[in-house]
Amino acid sequence: MADKIIIENLSLTYADGVESLRNISLNVPENAVSVLFGPAGGGKSTLLRCLNRLNDLTEVRASVGRILIDGENILDPKTDVIALRRKVGMVFARPVVLPMSIRQNLTYGLELAGENRKSRLDEAVERSLKLAAIWDEIKDRLDDPAIALSGGQQQRVCLARVLALQPEIILLDEPTSGLDPISTGKVESALQELKKEYTVILVPHSVQQAARTADYAAFFLQGELVEYGEGKTIFTTPREKRTEDYVTGRFG
Amino acid sequence: MEKTLNWREFLITRLVRASGYSAIVFVALIFFFLLREGLPTLGEVPISTLLSLRWYPIENYFGILPLVTGSIMVTLGATMVAVPFGIGTAVYISEIAPRWMREILKPLVELLGGLPSVVLGFLGILVLSPFVRTLLDLPTGLTALTGSLLLGGIAVPTVVSIAEDALDSVPRSYREGAWALGATRWQTIWRVTLPAAKSGVLTAIMLGVGRAIGETMTVMMVTGNAPVLAVTPGSLFSPVRTMTATIAAEMGEVANGSIHYHTLFFIGMVLFIISLAVNVAASSVVFRSKQRAERVLS
Ligand SMILES: Nc1ncnc2c1ncn2[C@@H]1O[C@H](COP(=O)(O)OP(=O)(O)OP(=O)(O)O)[C@@H](O)[C@H]1O
Ligand SMILES: [Mg+2]
Repeated sequence: MADKIIIENLSLTYADGVESLRNISLNVPENAVSVLFGPAGGGKSTLLRCLNRLNDLTEVRASVGRILIDGENILDPKTDVIALRRKVGMVFARPVVLPMSIRQNLTYGLELAGENRKSRLDEAVERSLKLAAIWDEIKDRLDDPAIALSGGQQQRVCLARVLALQPEIILLDEPTSGLDPISTGKVESALQELKKEYTVILVPHSVQQAARTADYAAFFLQGELVEYGEGKTIFTTPREKRTEDYVTGRFG
Repeated sequence: MEKTLNWREFLITRLVRASGYSAIVFVALIFFFLLREGLPTLGEVPISTLLSLRWYPIENYFGILPLVTGSIMVTLGATMVAVPFGIGTAVYISEIAPRWMREILKPLVELLGGLPSVVLGFLGILVLSPFVRTLLDLPTGLTALTGSLLLGGIAVPTVVSIAEDALDSVPRSYREGAWALGATRWQTIWRVTLPAAKSGVLTAIMLGVGRAIGETMTVMMVTGNAPVLAVTPGSLFSPVRTMTATIAAEMGEVANGSIHYHTLFFIGMVLFIISLAVNVAASSVVFRSKQRAERVLS
């Protein structure tokens, strides 16, 4: 499979002097679920936030290295960040539905991108809600405020909102950390569908989820990429002792 | 031990409760006093006179309409100044300014809010009113406009500091959610952050307006104090007189218990009712939107 994202020697230090990523190099293949896992503070979120340049808006002291998406270095200051964020969608740990109706939540990104034909918007709403496996549950109440949905539904609306923009890459940062097992299952199986069309990068909320979902897995420990490889290998016969200790539950 | 603790508890609860009730009692007493001194006017002055257009108490003309419209005009003008500037500044401070700038601006705004209004009135007479006069080529610079600008200026710090708090309490995740969808900073502010802070921003506006309605010193110093009906846009550029300024200027020289005295209290009553109405309207709007938010969040 082709590599969609190539990360080369990426290091990042926040304004308070914390070095959160240390010389990371990683190739992310397309049409697969790649999982970034490891204990808290390992730098997983930080790495995701580099991929859509969300870290531009936090205080970062220093960052070096390159991130190539389709061969282009997105860390280049000349990159069109707005276009990048449409191409690289992100779902957060806590669902953040915007203070609008469900439908508006879904069309907001498209409207920002200049789409205002109603038929196209309606089409995108239906398609993305179906992809996120929530269409049947909420199709009759699209004009209710999105905040009135349950947490699990909100999270899938957030996923759908990202899908509506037809991105190429989807980043998910612990998307199921606040969800019940049933909603979690729905999100996970939606991911398996999504990877047919998209490049999916997931930060799971548990090692079990990592093992369930990963085609590829990367183990992060305190800003360092300890080991990266196929999910099967990492979770059964890891090369590194530290990875093995973590996946078998000896620490973390 | 147990006993003393209970006893102390008892005392403290009572004290807190007493101070809570006393606030209500004071407001009630003030209102009662206003009513007692103001209501006799209705018996002494015919309604048709009260609603006439001439305020000239020495000759028994007690038309309060010029004063009411003067107050309304100046307050509306002040709102028009205070709301855009106040909200704009709040948005700048909380959303756009770099951190060091914020650290300077926030205390500065609070400081401005503490400036005595007499000082601002002084500035108004010496600087703003000549400026307005020459700029618009008016016979006098002491106009409703001058008053509005100054009052607006006085209300701005109130609006800024409350609106800024409201914007600040919008979770960062809301903004990140919008950014991640490809919204620009401005789109995020307009479509996400401001709507999410709506009730706080409304409170800010209402408190700012409240401050403008009740302001006395400044308007007395710069509005020219001519009791003329102010309903046309043109009267923005001529002298007006507000209710507060009338009371402040005339109360000192009126005979206790006279018709004039009662009428001044009557004006006070009207003022009290207007600001009460504004406050009630504001809190019901805020309360309603809060309730809705709480209902859907639970
Ligand atoms: N905005 C920030 N400013 C300063 N330091 C930060 C910031 N965000 C994260 N960090 C630090 O960077 C390190 C990595 O954080 P990051 O959020 O990437 O970890 P994570 O692997 O996602 O952890 P978790 O599993 O808890 O989400 C941590 O030490 C954290 O304290
Ligand atoms: Mg994280």
